[in-house]
Amino acid sequence: MSNIQDIILNAVPEALIEEKQKLTVTVEPKQLHPLVKALYENKDLPFDYLISLIGMDWEDKLGVIYLFSSSKDMSQEIAVITATEDRENPLLYSITDMYEAAHLNEREVYAMLGIRFINNPDMRRFLLDGDWNGYPLCKDYDADPTLNPITIANKEITDLAPRIMEDENGNLVESVANIFDEDDYIINIGPQHPSTHGVMHFRTALNGEVVKKIDVNSGYIHRGIEKMCETMTYPQILHLTDRLDYLSAGMNRHALCMCIEKAAEIEVPMRAEYIRVIMDELNRISSHLLAWAAHCNDLGATTAFVYGVREREHVLDIFDKTCGGRLIINQNVVGGVMFDIYPDFQKDVKAFIPYMREKLVEYDDFFSHNPIALNRMVNVGNMSREDAITYAVTGPAGRGSGFSCDVRIHKPYSLYEKVEFKEVIRTEGDSYARYMNRLDEIEQSLHIIEQLIDDIPEGEILAKVKPIIRLPEGQYYQSVEAGKGEFAVFIESKGDKFPYRVKFRSPSLAAVSVMPLICKDELLTDFIGIGGSMDYVIPDIDR
Amino acid sequence: MDVNKVKIKALPSDDFKDNETLQAYIDELNATGTNVVVGKLDQMINWGRANSLWPLAFATSCCGIEFMAAAAAHYDLARFGMEVVRNSPRQADLMVVAGTIVHKMGPLLRRVYDQMAEPKYVVAMGACAISGGPFVNSYHVINGADKIIPVDVYIPGCPPRPESLFYGLLQLQRKVKVEKFFGNKRIVRPYNPDTLINPKTGETVKVENEFNK
Repeated sequence: MSNIQDIILNAVPEALIEEKQKLTVTVEPKQLHPLVKALYENKDLPFDYLISLIGMDWEDKLGVIYLFSSSKDMSQEIAVITATEDRENPLLYSITDMYEAAHLNEREVYAMLGIRFINNPDMRRFLLDGDWNGYPLCKDYDADPTLNPITIANKEITDLAPRIMEDENGNLVESVANIFDEDDYIINIGPQHPSTHGVMHFRTALNGEVVKKIDVNSGYIHRGIEKMCETMTYPQILHLTDRLDYLSAGMNRHALCMCIEKAAEIEVPMRAEYIRVIMDELNRISSHLLAWAAHCNDLGATTAFVYGVREREHVLDIFDKTCGGRLIINQNVVGGVMFDIYPDFQKDVKAFIPYMREKLVEYDDFFSHNPIALNRMVNVGNMSREDAITYAVTGPAGRGSGFSCDVRIHKPYSLYEKVEFKEVIRTEGDSYARYMNRLDEIEQSLHIIEQLIDDIPEGEILAKVKPIIRLPEGQYYQSVEAGKGEFAVFIESKGDKFPYRVKFRSPSLAAVSVMPLICKDELLTDFIGIGGSMDYVIPDIDR
Repeated sequence: MDVNKVKIKALPSDDFKDNETLQAYIDELNATGTNVVVGKLDQMINWGRANSLWPLAFATSCCGIEFMAAAAAHYDLARFGMEVVRNSPRQADLMVVAGTIVHKMGPLLRRVYDQMAEPKYVVAMGACAISGGPFVNSYHVINGADKIIPVDVYIPGCPPRPESLFYGLLQLQRKVKVEKFFGNKRIVRPYNPDTLINPKTGETVKVENEFNK
């Protein structure tokens, strides 16, 4: 780490370096770009993976926390903080020239906090409508419903992107640019479209049948969860995480529980850890099965969809018997799990493992080598390793491009250090690699469950937790490998029973942000298949 | 007419927990008497319509996945003649609003509803579509789909299990069965917005209704 500190001080001598939960560097807005550039261009350990970009309102200052990691060593993480005191017209410098993932994140920060980024070519609001009054995540936000009334009037979509650019002399120039060319033929795919996997809206410019450009428009399911968290106690927040990426409900909740447990120094009983990991892996299987089923359905194979859901129901039955929930399993709580496993749990899971293996062979037999399916997946939607890293695409999609990014391996949590499993990596980077990755990961998950299911220790399932949880002042961060990729929770606490700020890192946001790149010059019909192979969940993006 | 005379194949009347609401609806429809001649024709048309309700899944979040599970193997929506999930509103009889409706989605929900052909029905599936559910206090969430469009059946749950969805859909089947096609006496429920923007002038209008009096 001392080496990194030298690099930081070389780039920006005034930087304030602190050793907190992560190495934290605080700099002035002007020095942010040189510092990030130095970290990005560091030869031995390039910090080229932007995990999270967190807009903050510290009341006296508006700022951003950047979390960087390296594609060479994912366990190395660094937090960079910058802030401006100007609340009227807050301006910070963009890092979009280095990190493609920053584009949508910076637009989101603008919509939520009003911070505009100099040199970002597209400063429209993300998630919220352009005419929304106020910035919701600001502490002084006026939530009066008459300011933003419910409307049934159709709104025009403007494709004009305002921007602030810095010219050679350092002057700021405001201008407006058109997203599309004047004679582009644009069609709207979504928000109410069965193949966008939710309510995503893609403005698509076509050249004949070939996709020329895509503009991602999201926010049709933006529920303001991060703002709601600020008025809720920690146990109350738990149920909101389930409703982000509902297919990875258990894993999301695991992340938040671990984040709180780490901060409050709560030791989780071993039995609870075993139950958590087994449930996580079952959850991953159900998530991948639905992803596979929906992807096949997108390619026109309705039979495959019915097959995938059939096997998924077996997992849901186990969830149902354990805790009563099917999709949203309210299993993890702070300090352990809410319900113990039922007497036949081990028997049911052990019966499921060989059954699922048999079905995986069946899937391979009837769909994975189908010539029509191969035509629509092999060499379609190519994403290189560099693209995956700069767009921060993780999960089976990122690993399909050769980006080794499994959080369970690089930043092991819970029991993942104890179990043995392979990280499934393919280097082709096409739809087929992502498709096969999911099926192979189901096999790895089965393998993990096999190692744990017989050794569940006896004992408590819930540690003693105070009725009111107060986290000590500070910033806490925890990431897990969810079904779609790296899901993470950031909590800033001021020592109160409510968090000061909560931010969720959405793996699906990265998967959608790369869509314009990998769909370019592909056929419109393949766009649907590529979307299926990326497997995004829209409520996770919109939060 | 008595509610017990409304028969659907899947479930006998006695097994429904709520018969009173439907009885009140029948009484309201028949307040001015029943026509003997076209009444029989009505029954025939309603028999056909109730058994082939084609849903449009307006799935925005978690409830949409449970709707998919209900339509696929294991639960099989086809048992009730509803397996033909249409993705175009123009071909659907029934809109299943599955998930949270937020401000940005409001105009689109209304537009999709307006694109559906009469007779049309709306099922609000899940706590969010009923009232905003867990997100009721959020700045960007509309507290119930009935602020935008009239709703026929509410299905509670977060998300509702496929069994609950079926129960709600069967209730809707009964509702369809008592309708009067001739004489056009279907009662349209008003929807209850607090504030709306007038599409013509762009001005905000405060709307008074039974909830905000």
